[in-house]
Amino acid sequence: MDILEQGIGELFTDPDPDKARLHFRHKSRKLENKLMPLKEAIDKYVKDGEYLAIGGFGANRAPIAACHEIVRQGRKNMGFAGHTSTHDFQILAAGEVFNRCDAAYIIGLEARGLSNVARRYMQSGKVQVTEWSNYSLAARLKAAAMGVPFVPTRNLMGTDTFKYSGCKVVECPFTGKKIVLQPALYPDISIIHVHEADIYGNCRIKGIMIADDDLARASKKLIITCERLIPNEEIRRDPTATKIPYWLVDAVCEVPFGAYPGNMAYEYFSDEQHLKEWMQTEEDPERFKAFMQKYIYGCKDHYDYIELNGGIHKIIELRLKEHMLHKEVTNG
Amino acid sequence: MADYNTMELMITVASRELEDGATAGVGTGAPCAAAMLAQKTHAPNLVIMFEAGGVSPILPEMPISVGDSRTFNKAIMATSMAEIMETCCRGFVDYTFLGGAQIDMFGNLNSTKIGGDHQKPKVRLPGSGGANDFGSFCWKMMVMTVQDARRFVENIDFITTPGWIKGGNSRYDAGLPLGTGPYKIITNMAVMDFEPESKRMRVISINPGYTFKDVQENCGFELLQIPKIKETKAPTHHELSILREQVDPYRYIIGR
Repeated sequence: MDILEQGIGELFTDPDPDKARLHFRHKSRKLENKLMPLKEAIDKYVKDGEYLAIGGFGANRAPIAACHEIVRQGRKNMGFAGHTSTHDFQILAAGEVFNRCDAAYIIGLEARGLSNVARRYMQSGKVQVTEWSNYSLAARLKAAAMGVPFVPTRNLMGTDTFKYSGCKVVECPFTGKKIVLQPALYPDISIIHVHEADIYGNCRIKGIMIADDDLARASKKLIITCERLIPNEEIRRDPTATKIPYWLVDAVCEVPFGAYPGNMAYEYFSDEQHLKEWMQTEEDPERFKAFMQKYIYGCKDHYDYIELNGGIHKIIELRLKEHMLHKEVTNG
Repeated sequence: MADYNTMELMITVASRELEDGATAGVGTGAPCAAAMLAQKTHAPNLVIMFEAGGVSPILPEMPISVGDSRTFNKAIMATSMAEIMETCCRGFVDYTFLGGAQIDMFGNLNSTKIGGDHQKPKVRLPGSGGANDFGSFCWKMMVMTVQDARRFVENIDFITTPGWIKGGNSRYDAGLPLGTGPYKIITNMAVMDFEPESKRMRVISINPGYTFKDVQENCGFELLQIPKIKETKAPTHHELSILREQVDPYRYIIGR
């Protein structure tokens, strides 16, 4: 196949499926207890210099507790998949965790506005960037999940997004049309927050999947944080509900409210008040330094952080909001 | 004529473009408000899709994120981003609304960076998100934005999302699917489409209270115009009351 055009963006991961196969060949297939504290899972599986991907959609079902722990433990020089990345990006940029980034959606928090700290970091020249779109990163994960070096798509053509991507355009051998090849993305380590998991790592996710089915399958190592543990018998009672099978998983951490201050569908809505406070504080570097000290470095774990933001009372409020009951319940 | 603000006008004009039974890929904010307004006025069977996986939800209120719980509230399906984008790629999605920091005369959009070089930009913006994908695959891409010469520029800093690229047939020559492309640009001052041959932006109607001169003065490139420019139909009392009372009662969007 002749290459008609190619992007100049660097690939931060190797798309070779045979190298990934060698890794997966040695990954345990044993049904063994993988339960451990989050702190231990991050310490054991997230390493400086590795390529990191985060599940969910920015501030929705994102493993925020794990993002805090990565910053607390001071990880550096990582690669990062900026795929539908909002509050997670904001946290990891504040900790200057990564120095290379596949950018599809970064810096922004959608309708909430843009993160000053993340923007300053991306404008500092400290981060090497390759451009993609949300679908192209999802397609790259799909290629990895398929165990192939690329998948063909029809986006990016004619744009600077393509020019600064790591894609190639070829002529389709069947139709003669131009087609974009999206190179497989095999993250070294990914973290996904799910509703329910058993101690082996079989997971249930409710609501939208975003790209987490493929992300789990593409990742060389995978940490699961879950709202709650459930017995393996419960998994076996309804196998249609299993979205991630245990052999993909390296660690299972029970972290209720692990997506706070983001939204966990059917559990709790996002804490818009705290996210707003975060964004406003970012405007002043000194105040933000104190903010980070208080909310991340000074916290032992995620529960310290939630306590600082209103604890169980706040969670109840967000649960009512998630279930649209907040307008009916007035005794507050 | 009822009193209304700029945002209410743009949302109303955009909503009228969406016909009953069509499909639309939308983001949060004004596009979502336009789709909700269409559903509650003339297009009850409009199918709204969100890139994160929500399909045909009954939106109880304005979502904050295209992945928050509201985007799949009482939906017919909660699926994946790949499925949504592949649905667009297969030709099932009629409309999308996009925005950006810059737009040029061919409807190309920039939401990536302004100034500096790529690795050290003067201003870094979020990037494509799902915009390049929606803009590449949906049949009719529309833009809602404020008419401003810093936004409507002669030379765009970065093409994040494809419009008509360099005009003429360049969009299809680049390899994008036939029949797709920018359709209408809705601003606070006018509604524009694209001249069929050159694919250059042209004014087709002017909003109440403005003239073609106003639009041109707030645009960084020369606008074409159709021979008989009409006045854009102002929002009706009915549209405004639904928008204010049912679509955006907390004025998240229309209060901006």
